[in-house]
Amino acid sequence: MKRLKSALRQGVWPWLCAGSVALSLLMLGALLALLLTRGLGHFWPATLDEVTLANGDIVAGEAVRELPLPDQAGNERLYFIGNRDIDDVRWRWVALDSIAQRTQPATLLRLERRTWGDFIGYLEAVDVNGQRITGQDAWQQVKQALRLPTLQRAQYQLTLRTPQGQTLRQSLATVLSAEAPNAMSVGQKVQTWGNGIWQFLSQGPRAANTQGGVWPAIFGTMLMVILMSVMVTPFGVLAAIYLNEIAHQGPLTRLVRIGVHNLAGVPSIVYGVFGLGVFVYGIGGSLDEWFFDEALPSPTFGTGGLLWASLTLALLTLPVVIVATEEGLARIPEAQREGAVALGATRLEMITRVVLPMTMPAMLTGVILAVARAAGEVAPLMLVGVAKLAPQMPLDGEFPYLHLERKFMHLGYHLFDTAFHGEDVQAAIPLVYATALLLVLLVLVLNLTAILLRHHLRRQRGSEC
Amino acid sequence: MLASRHVDQTTQAPATHFPADQCCLNIEQFNLAYAGKLALQALTLQVPRHRVTAFIGPSGCGKSTLLRAINRLHDLNGSVTHSGSISLEGHNIHDPGINVTELRRRVGMVFQTPNPFPMSIYDNVAFGLRLQKRLAKRQRDDIIEWALTSAALWDEVKDDLHRSAWRLSGGQQQRLVIARTLAVQPDVLLLDEPASALDPISTLKIEELIRNLKSQLTLVLVTHNMQQAARVSDYTAFLQEGELVEYGPTDHVFTNPRLQRTENYITGRMA
Repeated sequence: MKRLKSALRQGVWPWLCAGSVALSLLMLGALLALLLTRGLGHFWPATLDEVTLANGDIVAGEAVRELPLPDQAGNERLYFIGNRDIDDVRWRWVALDSIAQRTQPATLLRLERRTWGDFIGYLEAVDVNGQRITGQDAWQQVKQALRLPTLQRAQYQLTLRTPQGQTLRQSLATVLSAEAPNAMSVGQKVQTWGNGIWQFLSQGPRAANTQGGVWPAIFGTMLMVILMSVMVTPFGVLAAIYLNEIAHQGPLTRLVRIGVHNLAGVPSIVYGVFGLGVFVYGIGGSLDEWFFDEALPSPTFGTGGLLWASLTLALLTLPVVIVATEEGLARIPEAQREGAVALGATRLEMITRVVLPMTMPAMLTGVILAVARAAGEVAPLMLVGVAKLAPQMPLDGEFPYLHLERKFMHLGYHLFDTAFHGEDVQAAIPLVYATALLLVLLVLVLNLTAILLRHHLRRQRGSEC
Repeated sequence: MLASRHVDQTTQAPATHFPADQCCLNIEQFNLAYAGKLALQALTLQVPRHRVTAFIGPSGCGKSTLLRAINRLHDLNGSVTHSGSISLEGHNIHDPGINVTELRRRVGMVFQTPNPFPMSIYDNVAFGLRLQKRLAKRQRDDIIEWALTSAALWDEVKDDLHRSAWRLSGGQQQRLVIARTLAVQPDVLLLDEPASALDPISTLKIEELIRNLKSQLTLVLVTHNMQQAARVSDYTAFLQEGELVEYGPTDHVFTNPRLQRTENYITGRMA
């Protein structure tokens, strides 16, 4: 015991501290690495296997993972086989022992279709303008035709053959993309991978959020965060100025300050309940009665929407902005204020021309923290306006362009919904990783922007404060 | 032993009452209290125009408080009360009709630590001008050049007026602050230990500047440095515990003080 104590005194503390830092960094690195590999790996065109089982069955698809068999020795492998329109399953577990032959035919195709999900199989022939093309030419024809607009693609009729030998006919208009991953070079794979990522970022979701992209969710998150910042920044800054510059510093001010600090710790779902009760039902309900009574009983503002979600999050992040701004204000030397006043500035001029510009970095810090918190918040949004699938974007070309009453999609909620409410859990897993990665990156980008802005402001005045 | 020394009360007290045309600031029976605690007691003092008047005294004697009272900076602090009067050119500065911001423009103030604003040199000097009437850029540029020249800073900064003021040295910053104050053309310049945070060379520059500015305006200087007071001021007031102990021409106060207390302080024999 004595030796331990002396050892602690001598040199274990620095190691303990360094160890904590290392562990934190390691966990952060592991998290990011997991998100990066799983999230980005999803878009890599995977090799397709064709497996002949001992009992003669043929399974073709993408090998996803291997697990030990539940009741006997050996492993089993999960294949994504697609073709849900044929046999209504998209996944198949295959015991490794039962595999007689495993090949990777170069002609095996994977078609992404508008309905029924992916098709995995072979291309038999293409019919176009009464002409029938078969063999390798057919595949070249399909690749070219896929660049045409959808309407022109409708004249191409594909004859497809499943690995099990069934044939089906499919119009090219319903095919989104086609690839033969086994025949691809690395360069082509990288290109397909990049395309996949771009589509994920730029397209809307399909097939109950298990396919397609997350653009509406990105857009919704950004728009909501921007609206929230626009609302919270002036309020927070004004409140901080009042508390720090104008209010008489007494027990009441101290009490208010403690209150503000504690508001930051209120669980976010409580804000959600408040937003639902006050903003949605209270204010929104009244607005509907006064201005939109012709639409009742279907609510306009009396239901969750972009405006209420932004307001709720603004309320949630208000203490963060107030506290950060107040800290910035407290750091400004009294001499700066007196210097301005001594030159004949009124209190308002002193605040707007000297105090506020000097507080700008602190204010930005507050807004960064607020944005980071708001972008990742899900619980309160579920009560005040986020939607699983929003048919219309909250910002479009239709008057009044910004539709504050519309429901919107949000990355955090999209993540939650994809992970737990999808009909196909296996298909959702990579999307969950990709969405999580995107959410992290979004917050990172927002933070970086603000940090760069703050840095720029500091350099401009050549100061360190 | 020192206290028992006979003070020659018969020496003719030098005139510290000035006729109205020479008196810039007239402080009469001025009392000031922080939260009920008296900091200045029954101060009566006249500051002559176009002269340098130094306030000396131990820390906490109220000299800075008096300086700030002339600028009405105490208005920012709600717990300060005062009575008596301070008149600037015959007008009581506490009159309800007085515009405080206009008063502060006429009575400029320079603080102990240089406090340039976090903006460019140009914007610092233009700060006070921009608070007032709109000026043509040309006119403003002229005033800024004049102010910086008056503050003996023009030659050092004229090549890059848009550099951040915080990149200047301490002495340059203090001269910039003086230029900033001069730009609004005040009648009185209050200097609260303007050189106490500066190196000896910068201090000398500031002192020279103070002597040169005398022709343009009235200067009031608070300092802890006896040599500085002796070097630059025409009149010296010695304050102790919120009271005016002795006031007279600097030569008199330093070479032939009327009171033992003053002599002790000046010669450094007082704690």
